[in-house]
Amino acid sequence: MVTDSSRKTAAARESLLDLLSSIKDPELPVVNIVELGIVRDIVVDGASVQVDVTPTYSGCPAMQVIEQDIVQALEADGFTNVKVRYVFSPPWTTDWLSERTKTKLREFGIAPPMSVEGAGANDLVTLRRMRKTIPCPYCGSANTEEKSEFGSTACKAIHYCNSCHQPFDYFKDF
Amino acid sequence: MTETTSSAGNDDVFEYLLRLGDDRLVLGHRLSEWCGHGPILEEDIALANISLDLIGQATLYLGLAGETEGKGRDADSLAYFREGVEFRNLQLVELPKGDFAFTIARQFLFDVFSLHHLEQLQRSANKELAGIASKGYKEVRYHIRHSSEWLQRLGDGTTESHNRAQKALDELWRFTGEMFAGDDVDKQLGAAGVAPDLDEIQTKWRAMVSDVIQRATLSIPSDTFMMAGGRSGRHTEHLGHMLSEMQIVARSHPGAAW
Repeated sequence: MVTDSSRKTAAARESLLDLLSSIKDPELPVVNIVELGIVRDIVVDGASVQVDVTPTYSGCPAMQVIEQDIVQALEADGFTNVKVRYVFSPPWTTDWLSERTKTKLREFGIAPPMSVEGAGANDLVTLRRMRKTIPCPYCGSANTEEKSEFGSTACKAIHYCNSCHQPFDYFKDF
Repeated sequence: MTETTSSAGNDDVFEYLLRLGDDRLVLGHRLSEWCGHGPILEEDIALANISLDLIGQATLYLGLAGETEGKGRDADSLAYFREGVEFRNLQLVELPKGDFAFTIARQFLFDVFSLHHLEQLQRSANKELAGIASKGYKEVRYHIRHSSEWLQRLGDGTTESHNRAQKALDELWRFTGEMFAGDDVDKQLGAAGVAPDLDEIQTKWRAMVSDVIQRATLSIPSDTFMMAGGRSGRHTEHLGHMLSEMQIVARSHPGAAW
């Protein structure tokens, strides 16, 4: 049975989710932190609120900025006791990005992550890794090549399009 | 907040978390020394990126270690305010970075260990440890592709690169035994379902390392003498120099936040 107070809480959570959607990933300004899939739970208790967040990469410097942004946004909304808690299990995966988010990334010039499914563990053991074809976000060509699996940020790899001769970032499947 | 869902003693868990954290902190620092010195721009970026992952992982393990210890020490105080004898990292990771072949060979030997170790640690009875391991495991999958592919390029490359890669393996081999030399802590935590079985990891490590070394047209060193001591605080002379550099800012400005 849904009680009055839990209905209120659900409504509060919904509006807080909207508020959190205004916080952008500092390294991917077209994607907000809700779309990124890292907001796992919001627990409101009076003027206190706890936001559970699953970090993307262990060493991602954006996480600290995101944490500050969450605290700032919620304090501006009237909360006096804001806590960001990191939840590590289950680990974040790029599969949590929606199709809409992937489209936004592509339009921004970043090739979105392919599905993590099917990556398989054996490719590491045999080292006969089948490289996925990453389509160019600019011209859509499949004639692209990986230049480096490590790019400008932990989440991106550097690729090059042989058709339109553009280097581009690939948001690694993770 | 720490939920230890096993009967393992806190001291053992603390000790184990220090090992996990220190390996990555020290190796991450060594890799960061390449920043601005990489042989090509992409490598400079790659090594800095991997370094960032490792230091990020170290922060998580050391943070959990501090909580487990319960004496108010956080990841920073454990990283910056311990002496060399208190560090629990493998001697392998503290060796100076050497040339690019040495860095790649060391990284590869550690990555294979780390991959198999974290693969199993994801199922640890300590749920927080398992969660951190899951994240690290995914990152190490990228690291190992990088190091294994480079080792093959170097080994199967020019005479110069082949010789340098072989020399690196020859120098590093005696530091690999320590990864699998379990002690009482490993036994206690193994029995409690917190830590994985090192013998099993060694078998997998050996198979994968042999495979890649063979593909790289390199040879497994015949050296059977193995160094030991890192886990109990006995280190090479290199760690102290590294720590003095790594810790100087924090120690010169105690209490500073950044």
